[in-house]
Amino acid sequence: MTQGVGVAGIYVRDQDEALEFYVGKLGFRVHTDAKNGDYRWLTVQHPEQPSFQLGLYKPAPPTMDAATAETVNTIVAKGAMPPLVLIVDNCRDAHERMRKAGVEFTQEPVERYGAVDASFRDPSGNGWKMIEGRG
Amino acid sequence: MGMKPDNSRGRAQDPTLLRRLLRAKDRMDAASHEEWPVERLANVSGVSEAHFARSFKEAFGAPPHRYLLTRRIERAEALLRDTDRPIIDIALETGWQSLGTFGRVFKDVTGESPTELRAREQAATHALEVVPHCYVSAANRPNLTMAVSEKRRREVSDSRDAEDETEVPK
Repeated sequence: MTQGVGVAGIYVRDQDEALEFYVGKLGFRVHTDAKNGDYRWLTVQHPEQPSFQLGLYKPAPPTMDAATAETVNTIVAKGAMPPLVLIVDNCRDAHERMRKAGVEFTQEPVERYGAVDASFRDPSGNGWKMIEGRG
Repeated sequence: MGMKPDNSRGRAQDPTLLRRLLRAKDRMDAASHEEWPVERLANVSGVSEAHFARSFKEAFGAPPHRYLLTRRIERAEALLRDTDRPIIDIALETGWQSLGTFGRVFKDVTGESPTELRAREQAATHALEVVPHCYVSAANRPNLTMAVSEKRRREVSDSRDAEDETEVPK
């Protein structure tokens, strides 16, 4: 595939904490980690999805003013950002592995309509649905 | 509201506090059929009982127990729509202790009795199978902007047998 979405990002309250979560607990890999003064462009990648990068952005000056950044942090912390979906081969196995790693699950694995799903949040408040792929 | 002093208006809530309040909301979402006294919710959030309800309402726009009520009604609606289980079973499973209270609160919130809602929903066709379950569920959440007792007062002015009751029946 040569065309399509390359990067989509989420806001996180702390990029080091987010890196530890997405790489250390979820098993993503760092794609780019570039710092320039206070600014840090940080993207991670699912090991099985090399064409897509997930950006982990800190709302902060100079990208936005301090008051706006605080508002964005507030929205993330309330869990009001758009839903994210992670596809896995086996939801119960992934849940067990991630739970042991300290991931905060908001819904235990449940089977419905023939597929198992669970929910978790990252430390900032971004909510993920984890769904078992259907073959 | 009104003339009551509201010192929360001055400054936005701290994001780390909000993240912890979100944890209490998540826990109610995950087990809305359970009892959630303020003490339990405050513990989840690491907030004092005295501050929890006000902080939660400021963060999420509804007092914690009204929020819980909307989740219970939402779940009951889904079970009425998607299953043929007896209404008493659905009432008990979604956190009510009696069919009478469930039926009354359900009608106060949705405007229909459980039986009426089931008949209407099951007759309609649904195209939401491709949307992840939780988002369908959220889309059907009742938009309860006032206390149930207040809603009832406004809608039923001549209720002779209206009882005083808490939003979340024990």
